[in-house]
Amino acid sequence: MSGFQMPKPVLAIEGLTVSFDGFKAVDDLNLYLDRNEVRVVIGPNGAGKTTVLDLICGKTRATGGSIQFDGRELTKMKEFDIVRAGVGRKFQNPSIYENLSVFENLEMSYPAGRKVFGALFFKRSAEVIARVEEIAAEIGLSEQLYSEAGLLSHGQKQWLEIGMLLMQDPELLMLDEPVAGMSVSERAQTAELLKRISQGRSVLVIEHDMEFVKSIAHKVTVLHQGKVLAEGSMEAVQSNPKVIEVYLGH
Amino acid sequence: MNSTLDKFFGGKQGGIGLLILAALLLLVFPLLLDSFRLNMVGKYLTYAFVAVGLVLCWGYGGILSLGQGIFFGLGGYCMAMFLKLEASDPESTKIQSTPGIPDFMDWNQITELPLFWQPFQSFGFTLLAVVAVPAILALIIGMAMFKRRVGDVYFSIVTQAIAAILTILIIGQQGLTGGVNGITDLKTLLGWDIRTDEAKTILYFVNAALLIGCILIGRFILASKLGRLLMAMRDKEERVRFSGYDVASFKIFVFCVAASFSAIGGAMFTLQVGFMSPSFVGIVPSIEMVIFAAVGGRMSLLGAVYGALLVNYGKTVFSESFPELWLYFMGGLFIAVVMYFPNGLAGLWQSHARPWLARLRLPDRRQPSMKPKPPAEQAGVGGATIDAVPAKQLESTP
Repeated sequence: MSGFQMPKPVLAIEGLTVSFDGFKAVDDLNLYLDRNEVRVVIGPNGAGKTTVLDLICGKTRATGGSIQFDGRELTKMKEFDIVRAGVGRKFQNPSIYENLSVFENLEMSYPAGRKVFGALFFKRSAEVIARVEEIAAEIGLSEQLYSEAGLLSHGQKQWLEIGMLLMQDPELLMLDEPVAGMSVSERAQTAELLKRISQGRSVLVIEHDMEFVKSIAHKVTVLHQGKVLAEGSMEAVQSNPKVIEVYLGH
Repeated sequence: MNSTLDKFFGGKQGGIGLLILAALLLLVFPLLLDSFRLNMVGKYLTYAFVAVGLVLCWGYGGILSLGQGIFFGLGGYCMAMFLKLEASDPESTKIQSTPGIPDFMDWNQITELPLFWQPFQSFGFTLLAVVAVPAILALIIGMAMFKRRVGDVYFSIVTQAIAAILTILIIGQQGLTGGVNGITDLKTLLGWDIRTDEAKTILYFVNAALLIGCILIGRFILASKLGRLLMAMRDKEERVRFSGYDVASFKIFVFCVAASFSAIGGAMFTLQVGFMSPSFVGIVPSIEMVIFAAVGGRMSLLGAVYGALLVNYGKTVFSESFPELWLYFMGGLFIAVVMYFPNGLAGLWQSHARPWLARLRLPDRRQPSMKPKPPAEQAGVGGATIDAVPAKQLESTP
């Protein structure tokens, strides 16, 4: 052993670039996420926040650069392989199966029976039921377990989608505006939920709500025009004149 | 064991529905209809195989294939090839310049049985081919389309194109396929004359039993997690993909199953009607098959059977009196179904007939169904909803 070794980041984004018809939505981006870290990405509209999540989970393909997750290169992997590698992603609009019950929604994300014949002969074992009930309790939907998911309130749908991700027990959890459209008390509950579920995993959050960001973020990254404008603690970022100019000042 | 049975029969309600259908097909029709009419019902029921397949891939999978005639035809042709070879023994074809090959080959100056015909001398191979050839074609089409995320209307158009291509191919290769006339003059199956009334009755029962078998397989698929995944995919495909599923593989699977079902129907058509021709392969028959499923109810395996029976019966009655109006009527029917009762007959039954029946019952027999069910019972929920889908579900379908 020679010298001090930095802990290896769980996610290392280097030189990431994507251009849509010449417009660079993400431009030579570098971002490192440590294990067990809660990172919030903020920035004005069109800064490329959602695109970064799209690139990590494989929805959009990078034009250049690399995304290393636990030593695996994600830019070339298929979407479902990225999920299986341990990356979970929540979409901006609650994305749940409206016609299925809350139970079935959660069960869908249970990491077994993911292939055709596995799904055909998948058995709802006691283990699966216990896991679903555990997650439902975590997201506060134990009461609604057997009601149709389409009947949930907006906030409950957001929690359900987070619960669906938890079923997969991902190493990296990515949330796109998890508290958008939520009431004040729902926001507080969501913040509590995030603090609980970020134990033992890394979380990458996009959010606009500054109160919420303050309550959960270990570190904040400000994106602007596809590049990192500033990075650091919430206080440091908030007092950064460049950040105030392009984002917070408005 | 009990839950496995539940999966097949779709709970109590599904079991009753299936029993009624089975009684209708296996008792009522054979007792009430003469041999000619029964054979006609048998013919209609061969289309029901296609409709049942369409419930799986269109109703639940959201894949609207307008080319199921391809698979119906392939299954039918596989069977027809075997029967034709049996009918073309050297003895009965001795007046041909090349005895022992099908007559249409002889007329087209072919002097030797083509290579791809040869395996069809074996009955075992033929049975395998009836199911496997269409499934393999569906696999190839599915791989080419779904892996590239071609979906919706584009997929439908491509299936239409393939149906048209296959028809042209069959008609063009007269010496190999019998051309526009198809493969006719089929006589015996392993020495058993299939043209007698007795044979037709037996074939009717085989056909009905196979159809019920296909419905049971369909129920098993829909009651499994795969069935719920199909519904989830129709609703939020991206969410399923980003939950770690290879969405394309599930679509390919259900498309292949639908193709195999159609092909069994096609093979039974050949056996019962005694010929196979390109007029069952092309665009028009393929769309007709979609109408059967739509009228019966695209979310109901049983409804699809009734749809196939009723529309075909209507076609027979109507086209006898107004042959030129039938196509317009059919088109009108399709538009009416899509616009006013998207769940078809099964949906009407669900929304109108069933509540009416329930009101007739004594109040104390009404079961409170809103009560949350324990998970063990929920396991059958996919099965229970097969024939009991709220209208809401269809509204969310493109």
